[in-house]
Amino acid sequence: MLDALTIAVGVTALALAAWCGHAAYRDQPTKDWHFIGMAVVTVLTLVQLVVGVVQLARGEEPHDGTVTFVAYLIGAFTAIPAAGFLSLTERSRWGSATVASGAVVLAVLEVRLYDIWGG
Amino acid sequence: MAEPVTTKKTATATGTAGRSKLVAGPGVLLVWVYGVMSVGAVSRSVYEILVRFDTAPLAHSLSAVAAVVYAFITYTLVRGGERARRAALVCCAAELAGVLIVGTWTVWDPSAFPDSTVWSEYGMGYLFIPVLLPVTGMLWLRRSRGQQPPAVAP
Repeated sequence: MLDALTIAVGVTALALAAWCGHAAYRDQPTKDWHFIGMAVVTVLTLVQLVVGVVQLARGEEPHDGTVTFVAYLIGAFTAIPAAGFLSLTERSRWGSATVASGAVVLAVLEVRLYDIWGG
Repeated sequence: MAEPVTTKKTATATGTAGRSKLVAGPGVLLVWVYGVMSVGAVSRSVYEILVRFDTAPLAHSLSAVAAVVYAFITYTLVRGGERARRAALVCCAAELAGVLIVGTWTVWDPSAFPDSTVWSEYGMGYLFIPVLLPVTGMLWLRRSRGQQPPAVAP
């Protein structure tokens, strides 16, 4: 369940990165549709956070320790909203580039989360 | 939020409240990456120092140094202004020196580092961002000086 979610978040994050990267390439700021995309990815990371905590509460043990696991879950949840707010303050291609890089960061976090959980 | 496409001219915002803004245009992307590196390095080194400092004191101390440098550069970039710009420039140079020295050290003498640091192998574990970031940072900080209105002679 958690691994499937991790893969889903990673793939959608890469799609968001490509989308916002394309907007940056075309010299466009982030628009409503981009924010809807960010919301979708953020909801997925929230679900992942909840599922992860439930798994911990059930007594399952992450391979690399609980503290690291929870820290990465929280980091994954905050990455896209933080980049999204920055792109609201910078209404240019650089705002889009920031969201794209935030999505890449999220994808990297998901790869690490996969390792931290499964070993 | 469906604003028209911003042109490059409006993207280079000029200073507000007397302080030249460093977080504008490409600076936003820069401060974002520095922010991410700060959060990553600070949380990593806090965890390492609290949980397993004794296993690799040198590596974990160097990670803490990296964390402080990243956090300070992020702060100066957000603050803006000429003094902050200079401080950030100095710190970027220190950061680059740190990455190069620690990177070379980890390649030369891996036995000194039973655990890796943020700057091990020139930041390979972080997609080489640690070695690329100070270079782009210094380029941006040098360029943003040129964009400021001509300063009044002191």
